[in-house]
Amino acid sequence: MNIFVLLKRTFDTEEKITIAKGAINEEGAEFIINPYDEYAVEEAIQLRDNHGGEVTVVTVGNEEAEKQLRTALAMGADKAVLINTEDDLESGDQFTTAKILAEYLKDKEADIILAGNVAIDSGSGQVGPRVADLLDIPYVTTITNLEISGETVTVVRDVEGDSETIETKLPVLVTAQQGLNEPRYPSLPGIMKAKKKPLEELELDDLDLDEDDVEAKTKVVEIFLPPTKEAGRVLEGELDAQVKELVNLLHKEAKVI
Amino acid sequence: MFVTLPQEIEQMKQMVKNFADKEVDPYSQQIEDEDMLPQHLVEQAKDLGLFGISIPEEYGGIGLNAVGKAVVLEQLGRTHNGFVSLISAHTGIGSTGLVKLASDYLKQKYLPDMAAGRKIGAFALSEPGAGSDATNLATRAEKVGNNWILNGTKHFITNAPVADVFTVFALTDKAKGAKGGITAFLVEKDFPGFTIGKKDKKMGLRGSYTAQLIFEDCIVPEENVIGEVGMGYMNALKILGEGRVGLAARAVGSCDKLIELSASYAKERVQFGKPIADNQAIQWMLADMATETEAARMLTLKAANMIDEGKTVIKEASMAKLFASEVFNRVADKAVQIHGGMGYVSDYPVERFYRDARITKIYEGTNEIQRLIIARRVLEEN
Repeated sequence: MNIFVLLKRTFDTEEKITIAKGAINEEGAEFIINPYDEYAVEEAIQLRDNHGGEVTVVTVGNEEAEKQLRTALAMGADKAVLINTEDDLESGDQFTTAKILAEYLKDKEADIILAGNVAIDSGSGQVGPRVADLLDIPYVTTITNLEISGETVTVVRDVEGDSETIETKLPVLVTAQQGLNEPRYPSLPGIMKAKKKPLEELELDDLDLDEDDVEAKTKVVEIFLPPTKEAGRVLEGELDAQVKELVNLLHKEAKVI
Repeated sequence: MFVTLPQEIEQMKQMVKNFADKEVDPYSQQIEDEDMLPQHLVEQAKDLGLFGISIPEEYGGIGLNAVGKAVVLEQLGRTHNGFVSLISAHTGIGSTGLVKLASDYLKQKYLPDMAAGRKIGAFALSEPGAGSDATNLATRAEKVGNNWILNGTKHFITNAPVADVFTVFALTDKAKGAKGGITAFLVEKDFPGFTIGKKDKKMGLRGSYTAQLIFEDCIVPEENVIGEVGMGYMNALKILGEGRVGLAARAVGSCDKLIELSASYAKERVQFGKPIADNQAIQWMLADMATETEAARMLTLKAANMIDEGKTVIKEASMAKLFASEVFNRVADKAVQIHGGMGYVSDYPVERFYRDARITKIYEGTNEIQRLIIARRVLEEN
């Protein structure tokens, strides 16, 4: 089975994040594999172990992303591809990334492509579906279980507190939701082996793409941190009165209803 | 840092930190309460290759250099010190003799199982009458035919109740003593005449066991001599020398954790209407903790780096062990102070670190012995 994983390097949201000059301050930030992509890597390795074949992890980014690719290799992926846009692009968006990935994947005869449901940084959840669309293959998002038998793919997906079972066929693209599996830690021997596994580096030229072909369709206007949480308010009095006041506050002050 | 870590070591550092913080740490209180390591954590550590860090790749380990080992042990030091003891005694003094000094036959026979954690290693030098005066051994070995017959008692042997293979030192020529009369042997737990005594009740390091070893006409085949007959004491010094760097690294990792715990507690704990972190008295403690820890880290990495450069590190390894263990005790003391009463109760991890820190000034060569070693070198060099 020819398995591909789309992977993104992101900052670790469990660490402290600061903003300087309208961008996330990279200095001092810890960088990790996007956690949802980690589920995708784990699932891909398990698929390979059960069905045979090969796992290739692909990322669009800069040289820094090599570290995350090596981690995926250390977990057990077979090959890695870094599409380095550092010299070609100043900025990009979901369209940019999806277009580049699709261009890379179009002649790879992938049986299955796995991605994270969403990246924890920009959180659009668009790249996976866009790639599938460009490749003209079906896709299923936010999956929590995956079974493949012959050409038939049975997927359970998370639908806002409930689940839905979908049957489709290979080739397919799926995006991973929390609960799909428990990603393994890369073992120390795995880390040593990963050093010798192939990591190919490509640029836009290698994919016959120009900057114009992948120019971002969106513009970031502003980046800001969520407001710090303020002390809560405890309502008092009769229950009926409290409920009325709560509804009133939610409507007039919080403006959520 | 003056040592730039290769990418794979950086990766290992990240992985081991995650393992220590996310997998082991949640079980720390349980380990304290039950004085037992959860088996699934031990198995996970084996699967991750942590038992094979010092064993060469050809024997199934990953053969990390000294800097790599120090980095891994430092991250492990962040979590429960008893859990870390099992691994560090095994990868350090429990297997170094085999790796550095043993015959190919012994290496092939034992190292692959040790690298995978199927066999656990221990190091047995100390005796009731031979602590810092390690040459005053009473355990004797006599050659009878193709075997050596061991008689005597060892004590405070880390990992003894769970270990499978022991590096045991015994007197083979009383007249020669330390100068050619002590030999190292590889003893399996099932060798006839070898029994493990009762485990000690310790102040800390719960979940890690020490016990007596009793040899009564214990039969050890001659091929199980580690290194040359009579060279045991010199060999013991070599093994202990490298082990000290690992011990220092663990202490540094524990200090990092204590600083994190203390800083976050100081920011949350409100007295007189403001977080205690706003008080200079607390800030100065944190400043000293951080500065001393960083100095200990540098000293440790320097010694590790010298080992990798093939240099003699007797003095530097002793300095790293001496300084890091004393810093660990000072940092743990300040951490308890910052936590106030909360630092004295076992619901908070600083109380555990405070107890676990104490032994680091005693074992693998007391700090008095470290000072003696350092002073001798200083006097020789100048």
